[in-house]
Amino acid sequence: MNRPKNEKTKLTAARAGCYLVLGILCFLCLFFFYMLLINASRNTFQIQQGFSFLPGKSFLTNLQNLLANGNIPVLSGIFNSFFVSALTAALATYFSALTAFGIYAYDFKLKKAAFAFILLIMMMPTQVSALGFVNEMDALGLKNSLIPLFLPSIASPIVFFFMKQYLDSSMPMEIIEAARIDGSNEFYTFNHIVLPVMKPALAVQAIFTFVSAWNNFFVPALLLDSADKKTLPILIAQLRSADFLKFDMGQVYMMITIAIIPVIAVYLFLSKYIVRGVALGSVKG
Amino acid sequence: MNSENSPRKRKSISYAKWGYLFIAPFFLAFLVFSLIPLCSTIYYSFFQYFRSGLKIIGPNFVGLKNYITLFQADLPKYLGNTLLIWVIGFIPQIFFSLLLAAWFTDLRLRLRAQGFFKTVIYMPNLIMASAFAMLFFALFSDNGPVNGSLISMGLIRQPFRFLASVAGTRGLVAFMNFLMWFGNTTILLMAAIMGVDPGLYEAAEIDGASSRQMFWKITLPLIRPILAYVLITSLIGGLQMFDVPQILTNGTGSPDRSVTTMIMYLNNHMYSKNYGMAGAVSTVLFILCSVLCFLVYVNMTRDNDSGEKRKRGARH
Repeated sequence: MNRPKNEKTKLTAARAGCYLVLGILCFLCLFFFYMLLINASRNTFQIQQGFSFLPGKSFLTNLQNLLANGNIPVLSGIFNSFFVSALTAALATYFSALTAFGIYAYDFKLKKAAFAFILLIMMMPTQVSALGFVNEMDALGLKNSLIPLFLPSIASPIVFFFMKQYLDSSMPMEIIEAARIDGSNEFYTFNHIVLPVMKPALAVQAIFTFVSAWNNFFVPALLLDSADKKTLPILIAQLRSADFLKFDMGQVYMMITIAIIPVIAVYLFLSKYIVRGVALGSVKG
Repeated sequence: MNSENSPRKRKSISYAKWGYLFIAPFFLAFLVFSLIPLCSTIYYSFFQYFRSGLKIIGPNFVGLKNYITLFQADLPKYLGNTLLIWVIGFIPQIFFSLLLAAWFTDLRLRLRAQGFFKTVIYMPNLIMASAFAMLFFALFSDNGPVNGSLISMGLIRQPFRFLASVAGTRGLVAFMNFLMWFGNTTILLMAAIMGVDPGLYEAAEIDGASSRQMFWKITLPLIRPILAYVLITSLIGGLQMFDVPQILTNGTGSPDRSVTTMIMYLNNHMYSKNYGMAGAVSTVLFILCSVLCFLVYVNMTRDNDSGEKRKRGARH
């Protein structure tokens, strides 16, 4: 009689310990973003006094000051970031699905080699070829353009791999063969039959590629010079190298908020699918 | 339809061209935007080619001179910085990820609100790293709110200058890396643990094994391929470390270049238009990453051959 009770208290204690650790980790994850939002609503003087868990009243003032600040073209920054990220997401998902389908559905001599090659380069960072890339874009007259920021995403090995996994698990070849019998051309079949089947995979990968393009800093910073072409991460860097202490801190927090909050807002709506996508995407088999 | 074999054979001949056509855009884009740039990057690394004032010096072929300069001068220091900061962040990352993944999948514990916890711990992964670093810079600066709060609580009298101390700056970078990646790793490891045959745990339970024993004797050995995958991909990610230290230190890597990473070094050379040296740094990085990519490839393909059936079955 004593033993089960003992076991039960032990389990409760273990559970309490788990929740405590989880609570601390969640606090760490949320605290900084909560402080960001609070500080975006306070003025410089209040911010320097330390943390507060209550918002101030300067949210709109900070926003107006930031938008009126001629040194930081926020609106065009948001537009550029959005433009590049949306096109990246569209190109990466469409062409990765196309490539994956090409390898999944057809038999050709180089099929195995092509697949092995993509797996080999999958984790290669783009930074290793950044020097040649920037020079090549310069030679093509694309140095100060947004095109080199989204066009390379046609070749996105990681997205390809996810799409290939998805096809392996949920695309029956019978459907494609049925379409052939109905006289559908292969390209038409891909666009009108395969893509709809892949919708869940496309959606998850569109989010991931959008976010990584939105956050991308290294290559855009090397390519873009003129103020009207800059994306948000470059503006953040510019904010950092500006003479910081003279700066209005409320505007700094507001700028960070603008860069971060859209992603968090979308995430909170779709977190279930995103978390599932993480689990599916990288586990092999 | 009746005879399955013969039409398929004919198909494989007549449809092959579609396969090539469908994968062509990928390989074309890869050629133009990655392969050619990579080759020219490696090519530049053998030349003296830089800007001095308004004059462009070179390109003059110098063989391996750039590499010799690189290894004699700063590269070991910056590679060391990169790896050190990565390790400081990775140890707590893998520790907490394993711990949380084991807890979330523990059948006896049956933790609640798992969806909420997973959502929260994964969130920092999606944050713009440069904005996150800017946030930390603002919060941890000498007269920022962290110091303000510590002083008003009476814990310290003088502001602690986080960004003037080597340990403080490296610690902050590593802490941010930890915070951004432990949720992602937790989810990966959870998926791996849930792929383990549940029968093994049931058998162990009947034999009276404790949760701890099951973790060390069953879970850990069976998820080793995925642990290796996490380790290698995290190392590749660590070698790319740039946004956070760049923004946090405004590109200086201060104090005393102790947080200057490989990519920051590359960025400095590209910014000052020293193409020869930038090419050499890139090539060294390329060689390091090639080895790691090859390991990922071996890990994935070997795993697919042996464990495919078991995992497929278990995932549904």
